[in-house]
Formats: sequence, C-alpha cells, structure tokens
Amino acid sequence: MDEKERESSGLAMGRRGFLRAGAAAGALVTGAGAARAEGPDPLITEVQPWATGFGDGVDATPYGLPIQYESDVVRRNVGWLTADVISSINFTPIHALEGTITPQGCAFERHHSGAIEMRKEDYRLMIHGLVDRPLVFTYEDLERFPRVNQTYFLECAANSGMEWAGAQLNGVQFTQGMIHNMEYTGVTLRTLLEEAGVQTAGKWIYVEGADASSNGRSIPIEKALDDCLIAFKANGEALRKEHGYPVRLCVPGWEGNMWVKWLRRIEVTEGPVESREETSKYTDTLEDGTSRKWTWVMDAKSVITSPSPQMPIKHGNGPLVITGLAWSGRGAITKVDVSLDGGKNWKEARLANPGQPMALTRFYLDINWQGEEMLLQARATDDTGYVQPTKDQLRAIRGENSVYHNNAIQTWWVKSNGEAENVEVS
Amino acid sequence: MSKFRNLVIATALTAPLAVPAFAEPLGLGRAALPEEIAAWNLDVSPDGTGLPPGSGSVADGEELFSDKCAVCHGEFAEGVDNWPKLAGGMDTLNRKDPLKTVGSYWPYLSTVWDYAHRSMPFGNAQTLSVDETYAIVAYIIYSNDLVDDDFVLSNENFLEVEMPNADGFIVDDRETVEYPEFSKPACMENCKESVEITAHATVLDVTPNDPNDDAPATEAPPAEEAAAPAAEAATEVAAAPAEVDPALVAAGETVFKKCKACHKVGEGAKHATGPSLNGVVGRKAGGADGFKYSPAMIAAGDAGMVWDHETIGAYLKDPKGFVPKNKMSFAGLKKEDDIAAVLAYIEATGQ
Repeated sequence: MDEKERESSGLAMGRRGFLRAGAAAGALVTGAGAARAEGPDPLITEVQPWATGFGDGVDATPYGLPIQYESDVVRRNVGWLTADVISSINFTPIHALEGTITPQGCAFERHHSGAIEMRKEDYRLMIHGLVDRPLVFTYEDLERFPRVNQTYFLECAANSGMEWAGAQLNGVQFTQGMIHNMEYTGVTLRTLLEEAGVQTAGKWIYVEGADASSNGRSIPIEKALDDCLIAFKANGEALRKEHGYPVRLCVPGWEGNMWVKWLRRIEVTEGPVESREETSKYTDTLEDGTSRKWTWVMDAKSVITSPSPQMPIKHGNGPLVITGLAWSGRGAITKVDVSLDGGKNWKEARLANPGQPMALTRFYLDINWQGEEMLLQARATDDTGYVQPTKDQLRAIRGENSVYHNNAIQTWWVKSNGEAENVEVS
Repeated sequence: MSKFRNLVIATALTAPLAVPAFAEPLGLGRAALPEEIAAWNLDVSPDGTGLPPGSGSVADGEELFSDKCAVCHGEFAEGVDNWPKLAGGMDTLNRKDPLKTVGSYWPYLSTVWDYAHRSMPFGNAQTLSVDETYAIVAYIIYSNDLVDDDFVLSNENFLEVEMPNADGFIVDDRETVEYPEFSKPACMENCKESVEITAHATVLDVTPNDPNDDAPATEAPPAEEAAAPAAEAATEVAAAPAEVDPALVAAGETVFKKCKACHKVGEGAKHATGPSLNGVVGRKAGGADGFKYSPAMIAAGDAGMVWDHETIGAYLKDPKGFVPKNKMSFAGLKKEDDIAAVLAYIEATGQ
C-alpha cells in the first residue's frame, strides 16, 4: 500500500485522531472505566491496512528518522533569546523522551559560530605547552589508544537561566531542556596527557575548539587527569556535527561550555588563560556586585518531565505516571522526592535504576489521580548529601542577578482538567 | 576551592574509569613542529603571555571598529539589537539587570585582545592583524572612558591599563557558602504552613508555541516585514526566467554559509544584521525598506546603482572597494565561481 492509499483509507492516518478522541472520551468518563469500549472497536473488528498489505521494505531509509507521528519531538529554540541562530542555543524535548539516554538527533545544540563540517581526515589535535613531548594526533591516532565507555550528562550552565526572574517559559523543554545524556566512547584525557608527559609546572590546561569562535576554557590539571574524556562516539555512533564531529571533550559534571567541540588544541599552562568564556560569560554576579568565577560544577537538580505544560494529563482520572529526571555534577543521585502540594509534603520516588555518577537518573511516582489540582515538584539528593534547593533559598544567597547555575526546584501547577503551567510558589 | 575540588575528585574516584595506567608512552602521534604550535597557540593570558609586539591608536581603532565591528556592536560600542554591548554600564553590577560590558565587567584587558584577535569579527574570524587588534582594543577602552582619544595601545603599555572590575571576582565559594546550607536533612512532612502561587509563566506569554509565535508579547511586533522589491523590478525578473542550474545553486548554498550569519534569504526572510536578500536582484542599492543602511550605501542607490549580476559580482569581490565606507563586514569572495554560485543560490531561493 502506498502513501496515498494509506491516507485515503482514513483509518490508518487517523491514529492521532483516534488518540485525541480517546483522550476526549477519557475526560468525559470518570474513574478507571475510561478505557472501557462502548461498542466493538473497528480497529479490532475490521481488518486494517497494515494487517493486510505491506510496509516499507528494508533500505527504504538507510539511516532512519523517527516515524512521522513523532515529528513534534524535536529541538526547539527561543527566538528572542539570542541575536542570531549562528551563536545560539536550542532545547532538548525532554518532556517527550523516556529513559535516560538522549538521542543525538534531538539533543540540544549550543554553537558560538555555527556547527562546522570537518572531515575526520582533516582533524588534528595538538598537545603542547608544559609537556615533555609536544604532539600532534590524527583521528586515526586517537583510535589506537585504549578506549573507555562512559555515560555522562552535559548541562549548559544557563539551563533554567531565564527562570531566575520568575516563572517565564511554559514548558520543561525550555525551562530545563539545555541538557543531554549520552554514552561516550573515547580516550581518557589522562592517557593523552601522559603520552605527552605533563611537566610539574603544568597546573592547568587550556582547551580550544577548531571552529571560528575558537571557544576555549581553562581546566585545572587535577580534573584533566581525573575523569575527562576525548570522545569520538556518542550512543554508539559517530558524534553528530552539532555535537562536535569528529572529536569533542567531555568534562563530567561540569558546565557544558567546557565540553569543547571540534577539540583541536590542549595547552598545558601554569595558570588559567581567563578567556572570554570564563570571565565575561559563565561567571555569576551576586547581589553586592561581586561575581563568582570558576563555578564549574553543576549542582544537583531534578525536574518532572510529565505531567508538565507540554505533557498535560489527557487520560482522565485514575492511574497516573509521574516521571522525571535527576542529575548531579558532584556524583550520583541517591534519592528523589516528589511533592504534589507545592512542597508541604514529600514522597520518595522510585529510581528506575540506581543513580550513576554525573549521569541522568530517571524517576517515577505512580499515583491514583482523581482530578485534584496539584503543585508538582521534584527534589534531588546526591551522594554527597546535597539536597536540591528552592529558588528562594538560592536567591537568598545569590540575589536576583544570576544568569547561570539555577538548579532550583521547579513547580508545575496541574489543573483539574489535566493541563499544567509553570508557576512559582511561596 | 581546593577542598571543593578534592571533594569532586574523591566523588569521581568512587567510580574509577576502567582504563589501564601507562608507565611508558605508546609512541602514537608525532612531534608538533614549532611553526604549527605558533599557528595555533594564539591565546593571551592576563600577565601578557602570548601578546605579540605591536601597537594601535584610538583613532585608527575608531575607523576599524566602524568598518568591522559596528554593524553588531554599534558605532560607539553601545550594541545593536541583541548583540553584545561593549561600552557603558559602569557601577551597575549591584543593581537589578546589570549592564556587563568590557568597561564595567571584564577583569582583564588580555581577554579583550585575545577574543578580538582569535574569534572576531563574527563570521570573519582571525582576519585582524596584530596592529589592527591593538587599535580596536584601544578604541573599545576609549569608548569606556578608560583612556584618552590620543592613546596608543601597545605590548609595552598593555599591562598598565587598569580595568575597573579587575577586583570584582571571587573564586567559586559554593562549597563553603551553599553546601552546608543545602546538605541538611530534607523535610518530608508538613514542611510549610501554606502554599500560594506567586508567579505564572502564562502571564508573560514568551513561550514559543510554534515557529510563528516565538516573540515576547511585551515586545512590539517587527516594524516592517522585508519590503517587496519594486513592482517594476519584480516584473522584470519574472519576465526573464533564468535557467536554473541545480548544481550551481547547491554550490551556492555552501558558499552562502559565509553570508548567513548576517543575511537571510528565502520564504519569510527578514532583515538581520544585513538586509534580507529576497528580491535583491533588480533592487536599488540601499533600497530594502526597513533596513538601516550606511550613508554610503544609500548614496550609491541615490546615484542610480541597481543590484544586478554585474554590480553584485563586483561588490562581493571587494565589498569595501566597490562601495567604500559601507558597513558590511565581509572580506569578499575571491573566486569567480563562488560569486556565480552564491548569486544563483540567492536568486533561486529569494524570489
């Protein structure tokens, strides 16, 4: 059956319509009987096109994209945030994703000079400065070092930055979506630094990308030798160009700006370079006008991804899955609490899997919802004992001029009709 | 800070990476040559490490800035639209919505020099000479009233310039200021008396719902859409359908990457840093309504210049030579093939 026939059959194309109709029916019927059929379901009693004809043959899509019905699950940007899409950011559709791994194709992008296209053959990585042997590696060279696989989240320091001033953006994609979580394959930075031989005077490294923005950051040598990765694969496949193909740096638990894409240079230095991205940006101005610098670690944070403004409850009363994500740059998530009443009372959520260091953790709270209004919140605790604070707690210390590092508890006001809104509560 | 760092490291060590430690290097890679290191090792540190010898005056900087920077940063470094403001904002850091500029916020002059030299101009990075960079940096600090108009900045006097916010930074103190506060046992029951909603996101209506609704409700709608080209010119173009070579258009799309930081073309293309290029062929120079052109470009149009293949070609080859003092910050396309391709792309896309 070709596309035209499928369209004309109406039934096949009506899947979304069916879901919508089902949701409407659910809203009208109360209780767990919402799913009970009023008459025989033609989707069952009538032979459907897909049950009698053919689907696509193999090779119809040599590298597949999600099915057309999922076309709304995409990265989105907020046009008014930045002057131009070349130096800008967009947001992961975390409201519609499950599990913990973020597919590269919808993982948020942040470029300073656009996503460049570089062939592996043209890739060079230089290590120089306070080393015994200044070296140049090709991509092939990197593939010959012992490899590791590690899953880490990357969160932009500006994630939730627009929410400092109050509840602003009505969707978890926009309020907490500058994050992704991938399984990286690569070589430890330590391996490469040892290959070059770091001299004792080398206390920092400066890492730089190959794109025109020449984005660069200074990293203390302890962190560089600890857990940083030179990654060339993510989630099993080559890095997508928007994520730094062919090679990017991973700096686990630390702000995304340091994860330099298209990594071309590692300079071992005595002191920090104090580049533009670590002085004029990615610094945190406090109430008295002084600013914190080197605020690298991403503090523990969590958010409910569904229900949320983009994921209203459509199924009526009864069983409801509340789910979300938690993470901490200091270590592993040990506990997530969920409040239905704006933080008066909390219940411990179920972690889908034990928390892993510097990686996303999925949590669930299964409830029986009877149409009552809820003020949904999640609160993460990590293995250092750090408990995710409220926005008021953060404001009390930092004032109201912060841009970065907003890890505050998020509130969704779920109304009796199942719709949800981003709000702040007392 | 070290305590904090140790904590992070100790945390990480609980899950050591499964990688063997090497006593000896594997001998992979090759020696980096001095010329190669020199080509890439451009960063400049606060103590002046990496700063090459050279100099530039405020006066020269003013001209260069007008030419290469003002299109985004404004003639007086005051910023255009959402592009960064480089001047002003003194004594605003402890107020609501502080204005963070080179003068009011940046702690080190080395950062300004390094960034301008290594990453600017936007879309044309690494094209400023050493002396041009000194001059532009001199103009930026002049715009912030940090030096007089006869000032000449050089590697000799570089470290003497005092940055107003040099002492305005502290090293991350979250470990001592926030961690103790945020690591108390979490309350689970009856944690507060009452809960009131104090702010609603929907009141602001700044959330993008679809591609056509991504503007804040509080902001005025765009003053004017990209103006349609003069009816006459449009007719002319329509009456003479060019033979479109898809390969040439595809090649042009690649070339256009050099342009698209500033110019939009295609359905719904609006003015950005540069004017919309929809209907540019046949349009009077400086003739797109709603775009703020340089006086030079307006004068060219008033003198009768119309954009056709010949004029666009000459302009793209040498933007500053063909229309002196216009504000397009672009070095030009050296290859005739690139010019033909990008023109084909603009024509095919921007009718």
